[in-house]
Amino acid sequence: MRLFSDTTLWLTILLLGVGTFLIRFSFLAVAGGRSLPKWVLRLLRYVPMSVLPALVAPLVVWPQATGGTLDLPRLAAAVTALAVGALSRNVLVAIGAGLAVLYALLALGV
Amino acid sequence: MLVVMPFGLLFGTVAADAGLDLVEIMAFSMLVIAGASQFAALQLLVEQAPVAVAVLTGLAVNLRMAMYSASLMPHFAGVSLRLRALAAYAMVDQVFALSIARFAQTPLTASERVTFYFGVAAPIIPVWYLGTWFGAEVGGQISPAFALDFAVPITFIAMAAPMLRTPPAVVAALVAVATSLLAVDLPFNLGVVLGGLVGTVSGALSEVLWEQRA
Repeated sequence: MRLFSDTTLWLTILLLGVGTFLIRFSFLAVAGGRSLPKWVLRLLRYVPMSVLPALVAPLVVWPQATGGTLDLPRLAAAVTALAVGALSRNVLVAIGAGLAVLYALLALGV
Repeated sequence: MLVVMPFGLLFGTVAADAGLDLVEIMAFSMLVIAGASQFAALQLLVEQAPVAVAVLTGLAVNLRMAMYSASLMPHFAGVSLRLRALAAYAMVDQVFALSIARFAQTPLTASERVTFYFGVAAPIIPVWYLGTWFGAEVGGQISPAFALDFAVPITFIAMAAPMLRTPPAVVAALVAVATSLLAVDLPFNLGVVLGGLVGTVSGALSEVLWEQRA
């Protein structure tokens, strides 16, 4: 019972695969060429820390599993992952802490 | 390597939970080998976004690899095109970080650099496949009580949080969040794309201001 067609899935996999390879190959393909201008590097630096939060914010505020209602276990889990990730700088520890809070609160029926 | 296994597991699990079969999940991990972008694209498909939005968002997450490619370029001068293409395929965060650190510290010949690079990649890439495979095998059997719907948001937050080390990075993230929330009613999940764009530009602009102040 998935919500998208086979074609949609395979197109996404293939295009993302080819596109990602081209990004990785870009400069290696022309080894000996010029480096990127400074302003491009500056922009590139901020892409991941913009795209990931932009993607995640609506999922936290309007979770799909609750039909779009803000709920405490998911909000608390998000805040925990953020705080632990920022302090520990360790992605796996942050995921573990976030999931632990989520399951603990769901188990308590909060 | 320690990070790669659980990430692969989580992707396999989440993808199986979203209704993908083993072949589809393995194709995803073997053709893309970039966890964050795979989670992002899959999440958008689940939200019934069009292919273009899922692919563009995934590619945006992977744009940082253009920086990797540019940084590695001088170290691969004189290496055959076939090996450079293979190096591009294996260019995941850990392989890049370990290799560039080594190349910066130690003077090596081109062939020694190639050997080191693939020596780092050799254990990491198969672990990513294996993790995905194990995750895919168990993923379909996990009960909804485990709230896997929220594993992906937690993963994204955990990946983004350590990046927020400087004020411009925090500005980029906050602006991206605000834009995305305000633009949530845009069709095709374009609010995510818009948030990413506006956040990126805000981050770069505030870096300019931040440097001028310092």
